[in-house]
Amino acid sequence: MSTAIETPRSTETLNYLNTKYGWKSWLFTTDHKRIAILYLISISFFFLLGGIFAMLVRLELATPAGDLFNSDTYNKLFTMHGIVMIFFFLIPSIPATLGNFLIPMMIGAKDLAFPRINLLSWYIYIVAGLIAVGTMAYGGVDTGWTFYPPFSSTYSRTYVVAAAIAVFVSGFSSILTGLNFIVTIHKMRAPGMTFDRLPLFVWAHYATSLIQLLGTPVVAITIALLGLERIFHVGIFDPAIGGDPILFQHLFWFYSHPAVYIMILPGMGVINEIVACFSRKRPFGYPFIAGSSIGIAVLGFLVWGHHMFVTGQSMYASLVFSLLSMAVAVPSAIKVFNWTATMYKGSIRFETPMLYAFGFIGLFTIGGLTGLFLATLATNVHLTDTYFVVAHFHYVMVGGMVLGYLGGLHFWWPKITGRMYPEFWGKLSALIVFVGFNFTFFPQFLAGYAGMPRRYHAYAPEYQVFNVMSTAGASVLGIGFTLPLIYLIWSLFYGPKAPANPWGAKGLEWETSSPPPTYNFDTPPVMNEEAYNYSGDDTGVHVG
Amino acid sequence: MEQQFSSAQLGMWAFLLTEIMFFGGMFGAYTVYRSMYPGAFQSTTHYMNVTLGMANTLVLIASSLTMALAVRSAQVDNQKMLRIMIVLTLFFGFVFLGIKGYEYHEKWVEHLIPGPHFEYNVPNYAHQAQILFFLYFAMTGTHALHMVIGAGLLTYLLIKSYKGSFSSHYYTPVEIIGLYWHFVDIVWIFLFPLLYLIGAHLHA
Repeated sequence: MSTAIETPRSTETLNYLNTKYGWKSWLFTTDHKRIAILYLISISFFFLLGGIFAMLVRLELATPAGDLFNSDTYNKLFTMHGIVMIFFFLIPSIPATLGNFLIPMMIGAKDLAFPRINLLSWYIYIVAGLIAVGTMAYGGVDTGWTFYPPFSSTYSRTYVVAAAIAVFVSGFSSILTGLNFIVTIHKMRAPGMTFDRLPLFVWAHYATSLIQLLGTPVVAITIALLGLERIFHVGIFDPAIGGDPILFQHLFWFYSHPAVYIMILPGMGVINEIVACFSRKRPFGYPFIAGSSIGIAVLGFLVWGHHMFVTGQSMYASLVFSLLSMAVAVPSAIKVFNWTATMYKGSIRFETPMLYAFGFIGLFTIGGLTGLFLATLATNVHLTDTYFVVAHFHYVMVGGMVLGYLGGLHFWWPKITGRMYPEFWGKLSALIVFVGFNFTFFPQFLAGYAGMPRRYHAYAPEYQVFNVMSTAGASVLGIGFTLPLIYLIWSLFYGPKAPANPWGAKGLEWETSSPPPTYNFDTPPVMNEEAYNYSGDDTGVHVG
Repeated sequence: MEQQFSSAQLGMWAFLLTEIMFFGGMFGAYTVYRSMYPGAFQSTTHYMNVTLGMANTLVLIASSLTMALAVRSAQVDNQKMLRIMIVLTLFFGFVFLGIKGYEYHEKWVEHLIPGPHFEYNVPNYAHQAQILFFLYFAMTGTHALHMVIGAGLLTYLLIKSYKGSFSSHYYTPVEIIGLYWHFVDIVWIFLFPLLYLIGAHLHA
């Protein structure tokens, strides 16, 4: 693992990859860049694992009858797909890899504020991941990633407690990462790097960190209470012995709704950087984009009840939650309009990261707008627990976050590894992912609108046409995700060496060499211009 | 050094925010069930040992004072006083845990531990009172766990102070562990009235 990425050459200058060798120099590193690589490898593993579960789910759904798996196995498959993808891929994806790597460099710091806590959070993540993998190896869990009681606390015959421990532990990793980012952004900025010059990527991560800090502990204690209820058979949530299952849902969604913004805000941060760079323009309405990140984080804490419109919560509460949920559309729309306005009259270049960014903007817009259908009380009653919901959040999570992640990975790949990836294959994969994604998830909107419920392994035959399309699309999507895995690893060995700033981008991270030295900058940087100063000349642009 | 101090301080404050939300989940559950089952929750105060709870409250307040004095001693470079104050804080911490352990034992003897052996003398309230005792053990147990972690941190401070690590120029760990200790105290200040005192006078 350790030597795969390193390219020792006597002529090369020292950078963070070739200063030290051996597995110890990786597993005991406190360098934020190396920790980011550790995260990159581990989340890629979990993405693959979650992807395999997804493919099995799609295979079962190719035919209306439940012929491939029995219903219990199917329940476990979609549950483990959800748990792996949400807690072990999406939540750490951009923050722990790109954020970890880039935030200190973007603000001109040597490292995060607490480098050892950063390493600790990776180890906590790995421990949680091992517990999760162990749980799955022993037979898994079938409650859905939401762990709703009383099924999870009383009736399920699977390893609920073990899965709950995995989620509980992984939460601490997330909390520590968020805490580290907040302190770093406050205390470690280079001279001249004022808050109104921070890259929008950093603003988005600041908002994300706030949610991680304030939301994650609530789900941790909720899951802990659920585990205790299951072990001691005391009715804290089980209505048969005096508990209140709706309370669990309130506490769970108090975190888990803001958590969906953990799973989109960093992606938005990536898109800001890519759109500005490949349009050669300062982002339109910088303060509004920055403010809308914070706005989404704050409003995100006030909308959890929209997951519970049909659970019997107070109708008046539902009205308020419906209204507030629609209000989240405002800062989200501000971002989409600002990206579009940034491109207006820009000199747009259609390179791989930009293709992913286009995909993000389109798919996120569809995902966001269908969210309004679900926030509306009357339509929600019809659409709740149908495939419409599944399609909606996959448009945001996959169409948004995963595309943002891939776009960001391509954008900063030269900086991270010092190598260029093959542009043709990059563009091809972006295209395949976009086509495959729409093929997979758009039919699910139609199936859901027609009434197909989620979480069943068998369904009425009239939905088969949508499901066959969806399964076929998932295969295309699978190819789209496999391609980057192959050519990015290929580029580590055979890719041309990357210059310090292959895209002609602005930002402190591009002013140091690729890959950067261990302490990021040879001389402490000073920020002496506005952020995204693309109005100047375009010299030094190397089109990759 | 100045930057490290202020980073560590901000980090601890941010961590305490997380802790507030962590306990907040349980306080939220407590609030919901208190309003759902006022009668049952009322009846449980009868089984709480207010005297010991009060004693523990005083012990913790005293420990907060000695903790604050420990920080002050580090700031003015008084090494001997620093060690005395850390030892005193540790002592009060263990007194608290001892009394708490005794109270848990009382609950055990009276079959008030939630689970199959739970017994309650008002049959109508059995399920509902069990929820209160579940919350009682979850909240005070989590609090006690924080005290144990705090005692570990104080021991670390004591060892470090014997090595002469702290001075008026460098006392960051004393300061931030102090913050943590005060936070754990404040949690108890909320737990005590909620679990022991509300309605206790009605039984007198």
